Amino acid sequence: MNALAAVGAVVQVGGVLAGAPFVVGGMKQVRARLEGRSGGGIGQPWRDLRKQLRKQQLRPTGTTVVFRVAPAVAAGSALLIAAIIPLVTLGSPLDSSADLFGVVGLLFLGTVALTLAGLDTGTAFGGMGSSREITIAALVEPTILLAVFALSLPGHSANLAAIVSAASGDPAQALALGSVLAFVALVIVIVAETGRLPVDNPSTHLELTMIHEAMVLEYSGPRLALVEWASGMRLTVLLGLLANLFLPWGIAGAEPSLLGLLVGTAAIAVKVAVLALALAAVEVFIAKLRLFRVPELLAGSFLLALLAVTASSFLASAR
Amino acid sequence: MSDTTYTGVLDLAAGAFLLVAVLIVWRRDLRATVRLLAWQGAALAVLPFSEGVLRHEAAPIVVGLAILVLRGGVLPVLLGRAVSTEPRERRESAPLVNTTASLLVVAALTVLAYAVTRPIIALSPTPTTRAVPAAFAVILIAVFVLVSRRRALSQAVGFLMLDNGITATAFLIAAGVPLIVELGASLDILFAVIVLGLLAGHMQHTFGGTDLDQLRELRD
Repeated sequence: MNALAAVGAVVQVGGVLAGAPFVVGGMKQVRARLEGRSGGGIGQPWRDLRKQLRKQQLRPTGTTVVFRVAPAVAAGSALLIAAIIPLVTLGSPLDSSADLFGVVGLLFLGTVALTLAGLDTGTAFGGMGSSREITIAALVEPTILLAVFALSLPGHSANLAAIVSAASGDPAQALALGSVLAFVALVIVIVAETGRLPVDNPSTHLELTMIHEAMVLEYSGPRLALVEWASGMRLTVLLGLLANLFLPWGIAGAEPSLLGLLVGTAAIAVKVAVLALALAAVEVFIAKLRLFRVPELLAGSFLLALLAVTASSFLASAR
Repeated sequence: MSDTTYTGVLDLAAGAFLLVAVLIVWRRDLRATVRLLAWQGAALAVLPFSEGVLRHEAAPIVVGLAILVLRGGVLPVLLGRAVSTEPRERRESAPLVNTTASLLVVAALTVLAYAVTRPIIALSPTPTTRAVPAAFAVILIAVFVLVSRRRALSQAVGFLMLDNGITATAFLIAAGVPLIVELGASLDILFAVIVLGLLAGHMQHTFGGTDLDQLRELRD
């Protein structure tokens, strides 16, 4: 590991911090354009964040420290994931400290923090949102673990850098049946985990459809800004991880050069942008699923992940 | 065609074959399941076809083409014509096991298929026998579809899936079935589907629906 690898990790964290609002803004803009509206522009989430960060700090009566620290925990876990996973370079100094299972745990930590904060307010909406969120999280978790298992089979390791370098060493691997199934399962899981359509509608405050929004209803001002920033960062980090697990083009190696870092940064920015825009474009054409049919979708993704494991362990072991 | 390409094509076809079976369990729209059945037939046809190309033999290629025409074309079209134009009849009515539970049952069946076929793979671990669990899982899933669906046509889909699974297993274990046996079996299936289609049509004409749960007893 050299000093540039550490610079790469810093670039990853900074890029996710600065880029997440643009990813959210870009998705909103694509949606607005496809629906025939002019939209607020890509920079609108940044302007919203600036406005909210200037507001007065309010604390609902009766809330405890859980409510106050939850946004920081959510944002912190997302940033820690951004530092660990190979987005720009394979040689992040923190890479050896956590494998893909660790990353999944960190992701769940952020979810649990916000869920507890929703319960802490003691309002009906907060409790309802928390109960729905934790239901979905509990269904998502086994799918992620199975998909991770399927992905770690070709590289013989659950370490993220090992998986990504195995994928870049053998590009045909991305088209193998196991990888394709794991990709579909992971896309469904990411959609559910970040509260996008068809599992949750991020742009509504309707009682019947709320999941994430119901949980954070009591937040305002700087804390709301942090919660929204954190959810944007989660989305960005997950899309980046998805892109690099399956199509690791352009990523800098474990001993990156300055040029490698630049290429890696540009590559991940383009990949995340393409994935986010594609997700937003698809979302225009689908409606939200009824809450009681969400388990059906998640059971389907679980099955796909299971098939991915069987396909990559049984069929491919001949090679 | 080289050996590695053959293995890749074989794995992809077997995987697609299993995936389509899963999707048939997932979807309730009868037209969609019939379309999926056609795709399954096409995936099945790839198995003997690729083997024929690998070994430069004509008979497996002929069998593959026959399967493609019959199971990828004729049978789905026959079934598709039997799907009623009435909107109420186009969807499977509430199944006996709900979709979430059936998907989990399918997961369990797939694992069971892998567990049960381990001795077969151990006999001769070649790429062909390694794909046997996928075909065997399709047989188990088809039996599940047969017992858990209510409409006559969904059960016909389950029946055809069962036959697809048996054919695929035969190909993968025995490395090809004699042409005459395959033709005989296919002819049987063709007649069965024609009879099933006719029966479904009669049921609809007489009772106004094909929900088998409403048929409690037979009367003269």
